[in-house]
Amino acid sequence: MQKKIWLMIALVLVIPGLLFAVGCQKKTVTQAKTPAPAPAPAPAPQTQAPAPVSPPDTSAMIMQEDIYFEFDKATLTPAAQDNLMRKAAWLRKNSNAIVTIEGHCDERGTNEYNLALGDRRADSAKAFLVDLGVVASRLTTISYGEERPLCTYQNEECWTKNRRGHFAIN
Amino acid sequence: MRRGIKLYIFIIGVMIITFGPAIGRAEYDVIDITKPFLRKIPLAVPLFKTAGGSAEEKRSSETAADFLSDTLDFTGYFKTLDRGAFLFDPERNGVTLANLNFQNWTVVGAELLVTGYYELNNDNISIELRLFDTFKARRVLGKKYSGKVSNQRAIILRFCSDVIHYLTGGKGIFGSKIAFVSNGTGNKEIYICAFDGYDSRRLTVNNTITLFPAWSTDSKWLAFTSYKAGNPDLYIRNLAKGRESKISKQGINITPAWAPGKFELAATLSFSGDQEIYLLTGSGKIIKRITKSRGIDVTPTWSPDGKKIAFVSNRAGSAQIYIKDLDSAKVRRLTYEGRKNTQPTWSPRGDKIAYTSEMEGGHNIFVIGLDGQDPVQLTYDSRDNEAPAWSPDGSLIVFSSNRQGPFRIYVMTAYGTDQRRLLVLAGEQTNPKWSMNHLNN
Repeated sequence: MQKKIWLMIALVLVIPGLLFAVGCQKKTVTQAKTPAPAPAPAPAPQTQAPAPVSPPDTSAMIMQEDIYFEFDKATLTPAAQDNLMRKAAWLRKNSNAIVTIEGHCDERGTNEYNLALGDRRADSAKAFLVDLGVVASRLTTISYGEERPLCTYQNEECWTKNRRGHFAIN
Repeated sequence: MRRGIKLYIFIIGVMIITFGPAIGRAEYDVIDITKPFLRKIPLAVPLFKTAGGSAEEKRSSETAADFLSDTLDFTGYFKTLDRGAFLFDPERNGVTLANLNFQNWTVVGAELLVTGYYELNNDNISIELRLFDTFKARRVLGKKYSGKVSNQRAIILRFCSDVIHYLTGGKGIFGSKIAFVSNGTGNKEIYICAFDGYDSRRLTVNNTITLFPAWSTDSKWLAFTSYKAGNPDLYIRNLAKGRESKISKQGINITPAWAPGKFELAATLSFSGDQEIYLLTGSGKIIKRITKSRGIDVTPTWSPDGKKIAFVSNRAGSAQIYIKDLDSAKVRRLTYEGRKNTQPTWSPRGDKIAYTSEMEGGHNIFVIGLDGQDPVQLTYDSRDNEAPAWSPDGSLIVFSSNRQGPFRIYVMTAYGTDQRRLLVLAGEQTNPKWSMNHLNN
């Protein structure tokens, strides 16, 4: 048990460091730092307390943020990784939360392939969260491919918004 | 299902008489359907002669003649001649071999002539139809049909099938159907229409995303993907009974393709954590895994002999088409040109694969030989052209295009000529699939 927590703390601290080393903008670092202290003292009492009501409401904002993918890629960008680390922190704090990860694509490409690509996108987000200590059984994935676009104009701005991972708390 | 019953009644209800001594088909096929459509056969379909000449009979007869002409024209084999040029009055001139003046037809360029004698009696019709070779001054087909007025379409299709059989030696397409996806209700649902877009009906009422219809060889089963239980699951529906079995594994359960002549299908499932193609029984049990490669493997399509599968994989970085030989388990890459090639569909004659290629400015449909050499582009400069599917005789390709705004279903010849819209429905239409031909001859 103890070991696991230490491992998680280590991960949370080490990964942002790595990202910084790779050459991310300052923004990433400052954002990444915030979740680091959170998991260490908080989790134990928080989960037993009536946590679901008040604290998640404010911090659940992070869960509402989509992550974005590059064209025809399911790999996580540094920004997506940063976002997922904050989601992981929230998920560890709110250990009752069950989340569905939706993988979406822009409408370029054909819909069979995009359904498979959305599946890979959702999977890579899930795998990353599991690596950060979120129990796999709390995360389900679903691909919508290009079937549920957020934005329907044919331009790069729109396509960027559509290539997303969306997180729905069940 | 209801249509099946109708057809059955029609078969026993319609009398067909072949006139005179049986005329054997020419020893050679008049149309070589493996050759490009270099030359269309000039065909004349004058209005039919009517028995009584009442306005109602004439109107009904004209509908029949027009439909016959449109149906033959749909194949792309013919150049239908303008009736205005004909030196012929169906009400005064005869329509049989003995009293036709073939010079009147050769002079307007007709090489084939169809004449009709039409009788309407309350709601019963009797139609004599004849096909003539004008240069040889010979009758090559002659049939008499009687039935209800409501059987008129079926009667004309039957005669047209005989014409195509005479000319090509094949069964044609007039008994085939097209399944497609339409979002006219606000949700993508599966619809089915006749080969020419006639009588389109909604099949699924899932009220959610439904995609990728796939016909079994006998057209009794339709497989598709739907989110109706939340996840993209695979459904296999018996069309007559409406019964469905479901393949609902974690991840995606998509792109079904029936094995030729079998109650088995290939489909992409991702429960293993990777999108792989599996062989399934018609009731949804896994027989075996077909692809074994990290990355996306999707959209299987069978060679007509059932020995090979072409599919899409991004194993080399971008989506390209590969062929797997099921006996030897050898996989080879088919497409090299174009940044992404998807939606392969194996021609029913076995020698070609049509697919969608992503290009600057949109998607286009290509056809490639099995050697992977010289892909031929069939659509140009018309935004996106996607999801090709072959007609059962391999002469036509149905596809989806947004060339006029919304995605709609179009048809062209296998050589890219005669591109036309198949039907107009509310919403957008995508993912068309052509069934086999099931007209009883």
